[in-house]
Amino acid sequence: MSKVSLKVNGSLHILDVDLTTPLLFILSDELQLRGPKFGCGMAQCGACTVILRGQIVRSCVMPVSAVGTDEVTTLEGLGSPEKPHAIQQAFIDEGAAQCGFCLSGVILTAKVVLDEKPDASDQQIREALGGVLCRCFAHLRMLRAIRKYAERRKA
Amino acid sequence: MNVSRRDFLKSSGALIVTFNATSLANGFPNAQGQFDTHPSHIDPTQLDSWISVAADGTVTAYTGKCDFGQGMFTVQTQLVAEELCVPIGSVRLIQCDTAVAPDQGTTSGSQSTPTNFNSRNLAQAAATAREALLNMASVKLGEPVDELTASDGVITGKRGSHITYGALIGNERFHAPLNSQAKRRSPSQWTVLGKSIPSLDRVALMTGQFEFVHNVHVPGMLHGRVVRPSEVGATVANVDESSVRQVPGLVKVVVRNNFVGVVAEKQWQAIQAARRLKVNWHSGPGLPPQKTFHDSVRQQPSHDALLLDSKDVEQQLANASTVLRATYVYPHQMHGSVGTSCAVADVTADGATVWSATQSVYPTRSTVAKLLGLSLDSVRVIYVRGSGCYGLNGADTASFDAALMSHAVSRPVRVQLSRQDEMAWENFGSFCVIEQRAGTDPNGAITAWECKQWEASRGGRPGYSQPGNVITGVLVGYAPEPIKPGAAAEPTGTLRNQNNALPSYMAGCVGDRCAGAGYVRSERVITHTVQTPFFTGPLRSPLRLQNTFAHECFMDEIAARLKADPVAFRLQHLRNERLIDVVKAAAEAARWETRPSPREKLPRTGSVTGRGIACVAYEGDNGYGALVAEVSVDMASGRVQPTRLTVAVDCGPISNPDGLRNQTEGGVLQGTSRALMEEVTWNEKRVTSIDWETYNSFYLGFDLPAVDVVLIDKIGVPATGAGETAITVVAAAIGNAIFDATGVRLREVPFSADRVKAALQSLS
Repeated sequence: MSKVSLKVNGSLHILDVDLTTPLLFILSDELQLRGPKFGCGMAQCGACTVILRGQIVRSCVMPVSAVGTDEVTTLEGLGSPEKPHAIQQAFIDEGAAQCGFCLSGVILTAKVVLDEKPDASDQQIREALGGVLCRCFAHLRMLRAIRKYAERRKA
Repeated sequence: MNVSRRDFLKSSGALIVTFNATSLANGFPNAQGQFDTHPSHIDPTQLDSWISVAADGTVTAYTGKCDFGQGMFTVQTQLVAEELCVPIGSVRLIQCDTAVAPDQGTTSGSQSTPTNFNSRNLAQAAATAREALLNMASVKLGEPVDELTASDGVITGKRGSHITYGALIGNERFHAPLNSQAKRRSPSQWTVLGKSIPSLDRVALMTGQFEFVHNVHVPGMLHGRVVRPSEVGATVANVDESSVRQVPGLVKVVVRNNFVGVVAEKQWQAIQAARRLKVNWHSGPGLPPQKTFHDSVRQQPSHDALLLDSKDVEQQLANASTVLRATYVYPHQMHGSVGTSCAVADVTADGATVWSATQSVYPTRSTVAKLLGLSLDSVRVIYVRGSGCYGLNGADTASFDAALMSHAVSRPVRVQLSRQDEMAWENFGSFCVIEQRAGTDPNGAITAWECKQWEASRGGRPGYSQPGNVITGVLVGYAPEPIKPGAAAEPTGTLRNQNNALPSYMAGCVGDRCAGAGYVRSERVITHTVQTPFFTGPLRSPLRLQNTFAHECFMDEIAARLKADPVAFRLQHLRNERLIDVVKAAAEAARWETRPSPREKLPRTGSVTGRGIACVAYEGDNGYGALVAEVSVDMASGRVQPTRLTVAVDCGPISNPDGLRNQTEGGVLQGTSRALMEEVTWNEKRVTSIDWETYNSFYLGFDLPAVDVVLIDKIGVPATGAGETAITVVAAAIGNAIFDATGVRLREVPFSADRVKAALQSLS
């Protein structure tokens, strides 16, 4: 076990952990965050997605030792129920979920691609979501919400 | 663990927001479709089992039907608010907790709406409560009851006197039975039900605040992982516990017969221990070759059921001007929940509490009690939502895993399965083979139709007493419910078409009662249940989808042989008005081009297009759906791309139009994934589709078809299920569209590019 300091959603945590532990288990078990979830443990589905250094990270395969001093943002760090982030608001408006287990992957991946390329085409958005899985198949609403966010973002 | 309802009510404020939904309480007839319900300690005939009104006017309602993401939490809340005439924000719904909610068996089979939204159970309880409050107000206010109106939790008399629900009953019991005569509010009066109320979980979901079962934390909780057999049917030779002695945080290696698991302080430690634990397994009996599985299932001893037999099918076929026959094959597919199954159990000397995403809290209570040797009353099962399940995924087996491991260490244990363990051992959808024969007359009408269906299955829902129906139960030593080979008895009583074993075009006559949706009077349907090596269980539209694929494609084959338009040919053979209406609605919305299939002068290269239709009366009478699929097929690669899917559904009065639309869209796309790419695979020893590279499901990046949904809001009929209607018709409609585009008939799902390409090549 080793001491590690981890900045998550604006708070600094000093933790005593095995440094090989995937970041996901630190977030979900030690910090009891509900956004990132275990889906496959192999970076195949996106349920564990977080944002680190402006990039999408599959936290199920990243050891906590690799995080460094940069801040980790999870789905709950993006916005709050009282003040959702604009992309979360677009998903709320469109009712873009069924069970909702996959949402970290869908929302955070879409946010990062649009942060990088505000004018991303539908094709580019789809490519970015090429490794994100939703088994309720709420795809149509999700893509509608993402498009809505992209338009609002530009306005 | 024995929590009284009163104690729960007193302390429930903080709990309510974390609860989601669960199974259904089915009061009077003690049966919910094919699933039996058992009486429990909460009497479903009593109003107090369903509804409680606090002094502040807050209504707490209890249901045994839960929300897996299909929206049941929201619509049941709407229902209670509507019938009680209170704002939706005043209703707290408690789903599926064996300490406080009635036993409504299992939340499944598109039965939640029919069970709770018609003239029984939750709907009737809320209506009974409103009438009881009006009667109390009449006495208090001294005004006749028919001059009182209820609105926003206040009852007002003609002269302006008024009293609140809280003042009338606050915190007291009604002490009254459910009144079957209590009048339901009519859809024309609805202000909350029937409206597109945004799902109540939405904000919490989108902002990462929603509590799934995966997020349940109990003080002192440990983490467990299972170690499943090396191959199907393997048994433990020995477990070398010294192999994990060095793993930090290890608490215990749990072995019970062939069940093996590890418990550790941290989840990561449990995963490492499970990977390192050396278990020697005796080999299993081996698996039959997948390539010829469709033949081998038809050669096994079977349990048979004869659904109907007009006794003249052979004669009619002998007299027919045309006779067609075809065999359809549907593979094992999996639920493949995006989150692997998870549960938390806290087993102490006094009993057990299990936080579970099961569809069946009461049956799970019984099976957990049986597994641990506990009394029924000492076990409490609390539903907490899991990843979307679409039927019997790993939720039940993970609950048993957690219970066994917590029992072994006397501390709370959380278990989450690995992706491979989830996919290799879940209860797959049944493998089906369906043989069809039909004859037509010179006028172009079907005169006789016979279906022989083989369903390969093993185990299923554990129910109240069969833990061996899922992997964990078998590993600890219980057997799956056996399939008893036996010949079919003559059909009697009412037609049993809950699996859609009958094509919609049959008259469905048993004795002198004809309950089918069509006109074909010479009819025979027999089903054969045989053993498969893999656990099976209900997967969204279980058997209904497999059967409908075979029926609706075969109907298309007959129409093509007679050079009839597929829509007109269907309408010619249907007599059920609601089914006719959805077929017409889908065809009209899709601007159906009337002509026979395939299209004339088929191109042989490049990308070709076609359209196909399919329809279903779900379970015979539990919702009606029709879908027109438009596809393009790349002749070189065999790749099928659906371009537009137009679906019409009629499920009676609609509780929440946007919720229904969401379910229908999801069903259509899930059906597309299952039709095009999903298939469980195996080798001579084990399942080989064990992750998202070996089991295909289309990602968010898939080139999506346009999906047009036509909702028919049918008033004056019972509300039916809606979650499985659309998915049932997708594979058939796409198969028919591929035929229209290419002239190639695919009789086996999935329509993978390789399979389509091979079929195209055999044509040329």
